[in-house]
Amino acid sequence: MSGPIRLTLFVAGRSLRSERAIRNLRALCDTDLDGLSTVHIVDVLERPQEAEDRRIVATPTLVRDAPPPQLRVIGDLSDRERVLRGLGLSAAGA
Amino acid sequence: MNTRPHAGVEKLPTHVGGLDYIFEGGLPRGRTTLVSGTAGSSKTVFACQFLAAGVGVGEHGVFVTFEETPEDIRRNMAAFGWDIARWEQEGRWRFVDASPQPEAPAELAGEFDLGAMMARIEHAVQTVGAERVAVDSLGAVFAQMPDTATIRHELFGMVTRLKGLGVTAVLTAERASDDGPLSRYDIEEFITDNVLVIRNAMEGEKRRRTMEVLKFRGASHRKGEYPFSVLPGQGIVLIPLFQEEGLRGTSTSVRLSSGNDVLDDMCGGGFFRDSIVLASGATGTGKTLLTAHYAQAGAAADERVLLFAFEESREQLLRNAGGWGIGFRDLEERGLLRMVCEYPDAAGLEDHLIRMRDLIERYRPRRVAIDGLSALERLATPRAFREFVFGITAYIKQQEINALFTATTPTLIGGGSVTEAHISSITDTVILLRYVEMGGEMRRGLMVLKMRGSPHDRRIRDFTIDGSGLHIGAPFRNIAGILAGAPRHVAEDELTRLDELFSEGR
Repeated sequence: MSGPIRLTLFVAGRSLRSERAIRNLRALCDTDLDGLSTVHIVDVLERPQEAEDRRIVATPTLVRDAPPPQLRVIGDLSDRERVLRGLGLSAAGA
Repeated sequence: MNTRPHAGVEKLPTHVGGLDYIFEGGLPRGRTTLVSGTAGSSKTVFACQFLAAGVGVGEHGVFVTFEETPEDIRRNMAAFGWDIARWEQEGRWRFVDASPQPEAPAELAGEFDLGAMMARIEHAVQTVGAERVAVDSLGAVFAQMPDTATIRHELFGMVTRLKGLGVTAVLTAERASDDGPLSRYDIEEFITDNVLVIRNAMEGEKRRRTMEVLKFRGASHRKGEYPFSVLPGQGIVLIPLFQEEGLRGTSTSVRLSSGNDVLDDMCGGGFFRDSIVLASGATGTGKTLLTAHYAQAGAAADERVLLFAFEESREQLLRNAGGWGIGFRDLEERGLLRMVCEYPDAAGLEDHLIRMRDLIERYRPRRVAIDGLSALERLATPRAFREFVFGITAYIKQQEINALFTATTPTLIGGGSVTEAHISSITDTVILLRYVEMGGEMRRGLMVLKMRGSPHDRRIRDFTIDGSGLHIGAPFRNIAGILAGAPRHVAEDELTRLDELFSEGR
């Protein structure tokens, strides 16, 4: 993995599920991404147009905006292995 | 268009191709209706038309697509005359694009909901002030995401939210077959209040599209399957059957001329103004000539005549009529006649019906002649043909127009036609034209078999055709079995005896 990783997390309101996703993502950034990433959080209830522009259907959705290609992970990010695989960061290289 | 409240449920007139007739006013307002159909059953057309018709009456719409891209929908629907891109610019229509994205599918890592989609729908509804929402199609959501239980739960939530928004919504769902479950993934289990089923079944070698309201909770609707067509420039159009209010009896005593004085006399003074007349006979017995006389008589009385011909070209018709001294071209120029010559196979039966209805509506004739109605028989199954005849008959009767239909019998001598069997009960007058073999010579016989609401001549009369048209002569006196196609000579004294028997009986 080269270059900075830019992530956007879309959540719907301040639900328990949203909180859990945010917490899981923070933990992941600290342990696996070693602080090399920037994270942007969008609440779709406040900014529905952003969800529209990015065509987000499910929440939470984590999008890897950079580096390309764009990748997506759906869910509260509680399954760490799958999150890493979804972001193209798993040991197997995905 | 009135909205009919029924047990507290108000209706939203959809203005979709006459469907409000079977909806008895419209779809339940503020509710969600599930539209179930197989692949290719025009669910997406219906969903779009629901919004397009709304735009036409100032009601804005939001289209949520899980399957086709907005770009595809804009392009596909242009054929129906719907300029969706313009409506989007004008703020009357908005897409929520949830179509599958070309990139790799998303990884699923934990619990999720469809909160983003709901937020987008709400945002879109508020932005354009939508009263109508269409979601197409639910099954595709399941295809996009693997967690079936969650999706079902979320879609149920979506229906509740739509209700909260106060919009009237249609949700399409694909079913595997016309007689199987209403949808894949058991969607109907949570959207059960209002269900509309679109079928696209093969009958014989013909496709037959129908629409049926399975239920409107707490609201009335018409029951049964109603055939419809999908036409360029129009979209879905219900085939007008008008079964319930269709068949009123003859309600006028005003008579008009058939174009032949003797035939008028045989009918007790002419045809009733709003009645349907069927003339049936083998090829060459003079049906088209009868039609020509009928058209000429209409024009002579300053009554506009609309003539549909399914067995002859325009040139043939003009030439034949000219041969009998009837100037169709002249009548057309004077605006008293309009000839529509069509090859039966040029369109499906439903399309013929819709086109004929449109022409009648636009031309507003006092007389309609359909020459060669039986030529349309082969276009469809007997059931569809019966519906067609029923539909056109009921429509004509509602307009208080007089109509003459001709049907060709399959055999030269005697016999009835299928058309006859289908429609003799809904016609007011039936005239039979028959070949009669007599003494090694072929003659023609004509009789008024039935004349609803009037006494009529019950005898079979000899008639001839020459350069000035059709001439009805004396009754066949000593021949029996003409209608059965097996004429036989009956001795004069026996006939006299029979006549006396009946006159004594009175």
